[in-house]
Amino acid sequence: MFQRTAVNERNTRVQMLVRLLFGMMTALLVLPVLIILGLLIHRGGPALSMEFLFDEPSNGMTAGGIMPALVGTVWLVAVALIASVPIGVAAALYLSEYAKDNWLTRAINLAVINLAGVPSIVHALFGVGAFVLFFKFGTSILAASLTLAVMTLPVVIVATRESLQAVPQAFREACWNMGATRWQTIRKVVLPNSISGILTGVILEVSRTAGETAPIMFTGAAFFLPFLPESVYDQTMALSLHLYVVTTQVPNVPEHLPYGVALVLILMVLALNAVSIGFRTWLRGRKKW
Amino acid sequence: MVSSATDVRPTRSEAPEYGVRPLVRVRDLTIRYDDEPALANVTFDIHEHEIFGIIGPAGSGKTSFLRALNRMDEFTPAMEFDGRIEFDGHDVRHMRNLYALRRRIGVVFPLPVGLPMTVYDNVALSPRLSGVRKKAELDEIVERCLTRAALWDEVKDRLHALGSLLSGGQQQRLTIARALSQEPDLLLLDEFSIAVDPVTTMRIEDVLKELRDELTIVLVTNLVQQARRLADRTAFFLMGECVEVAETEALFTGEVREQRTRDYVEGRFG
Ligand SMILES: Nc1ncnc2c1ncn2[C@@H]1O[C@H](COP(=O)(O)OP(=O)(O)O)[C@@H](O)[C@H]1O
Ligand SMILES: [Mg+2]
Repeated sequence: MFQRTAVNERNTRVQMLVRLLFGMMTALLVLPVLIILGLLIHRGGPALSMEFLFDEPSNGMTAGGIMPALVGTVWLVAVALIASVPIGVAAALYLSEYAKDNWLTRAINLAVINLAGVPSIVHALFGVGAFVLFFKFGTSILAASLTLAVMTLPVVIVATRESLQAVPQAFREACWNMGATRWQTIRKVVLPNSISGILTGVILEVSRTAGETAPIMFTGAAFFLPFLPESVYDQTMALSLHLYVVTTQVPNVPEHLPYGVALVLILMVLALNAVSIGFRTWLRGRKKW
Repeated sequence: MVSSATDVRPTRSEAPEYGVRPLVRVRDLTIRYDDEPALANVTFDIHEHEIFGIIGPAGSGKTSFLRALNRMDEFTPAMEFDGRIEFDGHDVRHMRNLYALRRRIGVVFPLPVGLPMTVYDNVALSPRLSGVRKKAELDEIVERCLTRAALWDEVKDRLHALGSLLSGGQQQRLTIARALSQEPDLLLLDEFSIAVDPVTTMRIEDVLKELRDELTIVLVTNLVQQARRLADRTAFFLMGECVEVAETEALFTGEVREQRTRDYVEGRFG
């Protein structure tokens, strides 16, 4: 009764083959990441030191540290977040909790998705036109961060909308049925159960913002500026631009230096991602339904 | 269409207004989804302090009726209704403050919806939304509502555990406690026993019989015998039509106007 038939045999063979194939694809995917990380640690690791992290660049950027760029990236990311998170979350709340499902809402949703596909250099040009020139912020952290904010807004909106829509409709109806307004329902039921997901999206956005070069290049990031910024109206160095500069624009840079910059940037992004994964795990553990 | 004195059961003699004042008046109600009628030209009254049963096969428009009464059409894009539903003398279609309307109407869904918060918060939510802040007052409301829903003894030691960790039957009683915390005048129950074990169903039925003294209940049920056990009067909905409304006992003793009602009640089709 449990004899293997020819069909069984073939199914088993196909199944093993498919599994092998998928496994190989996965390995292919992981390989470049491992190689990049390995190379960066191998070549850039020796560059890491207290001085590297806490000194200004010196000798025409061929020596010294990256402090102004590191601090500048933190500024850029922080201001971009302050601008994009409230707007993005509010827009997502409106689209998902208030707007009727009509052609206008669908058009806006489509626009949001398309905005995510616009190349970053186009955002850079928009940033120059809008923030640097029209609003007269000049090349400054403010202009650069707002450009980053516009660019990452779709990410925040989509991530937020998805976490909002993961909250079962039955919870909302139960709330509305007891006479709660939409806002009361959002505050008491929808937000408490989606906030962790929203924050996860925000952290992912942060890591993306940290690595961008084009949008800040013409709007606020400086080639070389060995001071720490004091307000959002200052220009600043940034890790991503600094990496571009020391790899392509400056002669006689010792080999370990650009690798060191890249390593710091990647470690920063990885750390943020780790936080976001930790957050998500915590959220799953706390899931209440 | 005010009911005659013969509607008054001997046991209800202590409630003199019974049978005199309709709490809900439905006139020529037609409900549509995308112009597709789900309920057509329905007219009847629901009296104060009665249990009004609604029976009928799936897709007859029972749930749609409850949703219209509670003005949940606001949240259902395709849904529209014509005709008149009066609640306590006010046309619900032209009511400005729908929140106030919904606060006076408690709803229990077929599947229990334990909100993702503690047992205590589930029951305290509605009072809090309407502005009750004092802890002592909330404690009192929570205990009273859980007791009335026959759940207090089972949860009094874990009021601060998540409501969604309760069993299905307990969650349904939690939902009833939450509806009672609104201090509603009208309680709508939509096939509440679908996901509940028979013993819990019986306990909830006992609760409903007691609640009849305090409020009016609309009991939508897929169990004909449940309507017989609980309802004072029963409406039979069939494919978007209200076939008839009568004293429940009359339906079951064969005093019906329509053969279709007799067939359904006797289980000859479903
Ligand atoms: N949200 C909706 N959108 C479109 N049609 C619906 C919706 N809800 C119910 N209907 C339709 O209305 C009719 C009555 O449904 P319903 O009121 O749920 O009946 P019942 O509760 O008696 O099973 C059905 O034909 C159903 O398909
Ligand atoms: Mg139904």
